[in-house]
Amino acid sequence: MNEVLERIPRGPVLYVFAGVLGLLALSTILGALLARLRPDKDFRELNARIRSWWLMAVVFMLAILLSRAVSLVFMAFLSFLALKEYLSLIPTRRADRSVLLWAYLAVPLQYLWVWVDWYGMFIIFIPVYMFMLIPVRMVLHGQTEGFLPAAGTLHWGLMTTVFTLSHMAYLLQLPEKGGAAGASLVLFLVLVTQLNDVAQYTWGKLFGRHKVMPTVSPNKTYEGLLGGMATSFLLVLLLAPHLTPLTRNESLVAGFFLPLAGFLGDVSVSAIKRDIGVKDAGSLIPGHGGVLDRVNSLTFTAPLFFHFLRFLHF
Amino acid sequence: MSLKRLFFALLVRPFLLVVTGTNVRHAERLPARGPALLVGNHNSHLDTVTLMSLFPGRLLDSVRPAAAADYFLKSGPLAWFSRNLIGIIPVTRGGRAAGEDPLAGVSAALEAGTIVIFFPEGTRGEPERLKEIRSGIFHLAERHASVPIVPVFLHGLGKALPKGAFLPVPFFCDVFVGEPLERSSEKDAFLAGLKARFEALRAEGTFPEWE
Repeated sequence: MNEVLERIPRGPVLYVFAGVLGLLALSTILGALLARLRPDKDFRELNARIRSWWLMAVVFMLAILLSRAVSLVFMAFLSFLALKEYLSLIPTRRADRSVLLWAYLAVPLQYLWVWVDWYGMFIIFIPVYMFMLIPVRMVLHGQTEGFLPAAGTLHWGLMTTVFTLSHMAYLLQLPEKGGAAGASLVLFLVLVTQLNDVAQYTWGKLFGRHKVMPTVSPNKTYEGLLGGMATSFLLVLLLAPHLTPLTRNESLVAGFFLPLAGFLGDVSVSAIKRDIGVKDAGSLIPGHGGVLDRVNSLTFTAPLFFHFLRFLHF
Repeated sequence: MSLKRLFFALLVRPFLLVVTGTNVRHAERLPARGPALLVGNHNSHLDTVTLMSLFPGRLLDSVRPAAAADYFLKSGPLAWFSRNLIGIIPVTRGGRAAGEDPLAGVSAALEAGTIVIFFPEGTRGEPERLKEIRSGIFHLAERHASVPIVPVFLHGLGKALPKGAFLPVPFFCDVFVGEPLERSSEKDAFLAGLKARFEALRAEGTFPEWE
């Protein structure tokens, strides 16, 4: 146990953890108060959401604190669950059963490249090699009917659930610089992305009037989007100096594009769900839906943040 | 703790958690004690363990699936597995022609207070397609008028491990539990009623195409 305790980073990461737990405690109290003061309204969904946030926050914190190996296994499992959810959601061909097994194999391999710090392979494995392997495996069983939709949806799924999310894992491998260890970069990315979701949701609930994308996501409003972006902008300015090597000016840029990217990632997954005709991608997380519903914004913010950082600092 | 409980706790439940991650709707309709008949559509070998794993460990020893004797008791290792780790109730297919009662074992288990898992289609057949319901379930219903018959609709397990496949492919799977079935003393009406319940449960979900 002492070893684990010694590994807990002192300073910023610990303060941020404390802040998150404080925020959760506050929302739990607010949720309970609301349910008591307004018995005419149903707050069960909201309170289920908050309870799930507790669980996710604690699991995530432990995962990034314990060790690099634990973090990677955790993130690989997250990718696996998201991919499984995606493949369970989309129409697939009977003949492609074994092709799907190959697609699943991409998860451990992609995270293996992260583990051994092989950047060249990490960055082309899915866009190049899986891009070829999947259609080749499909050609081998010979069914051409529905080939393009099958190959297309499969690769889209691998890119979304494995390739993009694994960028979050690669943050752990960026060498320490300016006091920013990998874990604090992951913390920064995930915190900003998730709080941005919460902020956009909250602003939208309180002040939402004008729909921003009525055909894709009818609950998204300009008020929610702009209010959430402003909140996240301030959060980035507050956290970036402590958790990342970003300079003041770079933080201004990140504060603008991260919240916007989160929103766009969210609505892209919404468009898929709408196309398929489901409300949630799964039912694993009470109050939130599936894993894909929770990591949808990360699929855009993770690669963008990673490359922004890598280009500027590593 | 029985071998069966250990097998489920250490292998079956973790395996199902990772590979299928069953989404159960209306779990509160599951029988809390035996005797009861849990009647499901059959797509995959995973159906049986999935339904059994819906019950807590302490109930597991009294949850037993009815299974074809000619298939599951054919060879030594499979027979040992079926008897000791699953606890099947053997059903002799085509036994009636030889003058025996194929469902005698199931009846005895129900009288002993067992929750019996029963697949009225008789076989797995084409994955993810409902087949004709055979009359066995009607005879059981006639014999055990006070035993509740709970229909369950399973989706996705036939995609994860269809008949003839060896390696399971991960898919999220659904189990929709229905209200206990109302009885009818007329065979065709009873079977049609059960089929309609499966269809109605299936209609609760949105399932992607799989052709």
